Amino acid sequence: MSKAVVTELRKGVPPPEEGFEVVYMRPQALSDTQMTYCPGCLHGNVHHALAEAIDELGIQNRCIGMAPVGCSVFNYDFFDFDFIQCPHGRAPAVATGVKRSEPASIVISYQGDGDLASIGTAEIIHAANRGENITVVFINNAIYGMTGGQMAPTSLEGMVTSTSPRGRDKRIAGKPIHVCEMLSTLGGVAYLTRQSAHNVKGLLKVKAALKKALTYQMEGLGFSLVEVLCACPINTRQSPRQAAQWIEDSMLSVFTLGDYRDVKKEAADKGE
Amino acid sequence: MSQAVAEKQDMQEKDELWWMPKGRQLMKGNHAVCAGAIRAGCTAYFGYPITPQNEAIEYMSDALLDVPNGVFIQGESEVASVNMVMGAAGTGRRAMTSSSSPGVSLKQEGISYIAGMEIPCLIMNVVRAGPGLGNIAPHQGDYFQATRGGGHGDYRTITLAPNSVQEMAYHAYLGFELAFKWRNPSLILTDGVIGQMMEPVDLDAIPMVFPTKPDWAVGIKETPRPNRLLNSINLDPEVMAKYHEHLIAKYNSIKREEVRYDEYMCEDAEILVVAYGSVSRFVTGAIRELRTKGHKVGIFRPITVWPFPYEALARRAAKMKTVVIFELSWGQMIEDVALALYNTPKPLHFFPRHGGVVFTPAEIAGHLEQVIRNPLAPESLWRPS
Repeated sequence: MSKAVVTELRKGVPPPEEGFEVVYMRPQALSDTQMTYCPGCLHGNVHHALAEAIDELGIQNRCIGMAPVGCSVFNYDFFDFDFIQCPHGRAPAVATGVKRSEPASIVISYQGDGDLASIGTAEIIHAANRGENITVVFINNAIYGMTGGQMAPTSLEGMVTSTSPRGRDKRIAGKPIHVCEMLSTLGGVAYLTRQSAHNVKGLLKVKAALKKALTYQMEGLGFSLVEVLCACPINTRQSPRQAAQWIEDSMLSVFTLGDYRDVKKEAADKGE
Repeated sequence: MSQAVAEKQDMQEKDELWWMPKGRQLMKGNHAVCAGAIRAGCTAYFGYPITPQNEAIEYMSDALLDVPNGVFIQGESEVASVNMVMGAAGTGRRAMTSSSSPGVSLKQEGISYIAGMEIPCLIMNVVRAGPGLGNIAPHQGDYFQATRGGGHGDYRTITLAPNSVQEMAYHAYLGFELAFKWRNPSLILTDGVIGQMMEPVDLDAIPMVFPTKPDWAVGIKETPRPNRLLNSINLDPEVMAKYHEHLIAKYNSIKREEVRYDEYMCEDAEILVVAYGSVSRFVTGAIRELRTKGHKVGIFRPITVWPFPYEALARRAAKMKTVVIFELSWGQMIEDVALALYNTPKPLHFFPRHGGVVFTPAEIAGHLEQVIRNPLAPESLWRPS
């Protein structure tokens, strides 16, 4: 396995002792604040993937983050760039105001499923439809985490949560919302993809997708959203390993992975 | 090339500020606010159609396209619009939104966050009659909402109550200036009378402002600097309490330094009217008429309804026989008048109009003559109930 030698050290990081070389370190776009997520939660992994994508594109000093309401409300502490902590579900609207005001910035809205697909449904649909040139990271773990395991708009049919104690009943709560499929019909969308963070292979794809989404924003192509299937072991009453397996066994058949829109690929397919 | 396009190009070549609203114009209040805002450096507007303020969003949808780096978006909702203001103002832009009562209720979540994050911006409420959908006629029923924060939590917005089209333009400027001075949202509280009527406006009297990016605003790091964060969450009660103390100290400074009011015919008056916004115009007409009959009546008009001019009103009311309040609601500002006179009570007479029915100067004169005949007339005497 080849190892890239890290040549540029973070500010404040002491150089390695003689005879040693740094081959891996925390991405520059992450701060050195210890994350507060639960054991087995995949937010941290997605943060890491996002930070690596930002580093590789060299855009950290242009990034402005939108923190949501939910477990990742404090993510402004974990990233090393400017942030606005937005009202619940409103991040795409706040992001719109920021991006239109600072067109050269890279605006990243990081949202969970309750935030994006329930209380903020109007904001995400219209931001996508206007083709806001922003990148949305959409964490779909099929449950409300911060508030303690209530049913999410993406909870699976039959799934037991603290507000669907007898299992999600479609006659009461409908079926889970498929965000990528829903947004894929809208004119302003440049890139829509659903990936899963439950294993290493999936995480590598998450990072590649985030990098592509940010690249599309840099190129001004329009709205990009990366949906990431994640685990919430605490609130789904599972061990981290079980939770990852549950994604594999139960979520993947409901939430099909893959690209739902990719304007560049669509143009190439048309021979443009 | 059409003649209009040719003229525009010619204008652009001759004057780099060709897009700036200027000169003396006959304007609606809702247009004047926008013209004043643009002169005051507003480059971003986000709004949603609602009567009776549609002239504002319509004006901005055109005018801001000519302003350098101007941003206009018709939001998908009132909620989205105020959050777009949060984002744009968060980058340091002078950003505004406008709406009318039901729409401003929807914006309250965002206004609370904006106040919590200490982001300066301008919000106009062209008040209509409520509750609920109510109607689109002039009303002053949102006074409590406007002067007591309005959304959840313990905060205040600097609230200006213009009574002319000229003042609509000026208050857009003043609202932005105060907002940025104090890092606090400013509100223009008006109604369909002022918003819809046309009066001559001297736009050149509104100062032109070319804002620079403030040192708290999020944005691109041209040179290395610490991260900037705009947030309103403080989970630790001790930390939150300290933050509250910071806000309270700021609000107290605003109360000390930014009180504004106007007085007319007060020097020799024996009866003092208190009224704000459109009502103060009707009252002024009535006072002119009563003065010709020798009645000593004056008017005290709060211009900032938050901070309310408690002390100035108490001083002015000290020598009056009685104080008379006219409001387009069933009694909101009158509670502030009563608070102002807490230590030096006076008989208070209250004449409301509500539901969208407005006063005529003749009706006001009639009510005042009734009080002049009997300064303790029981039928209009107000007491807390």
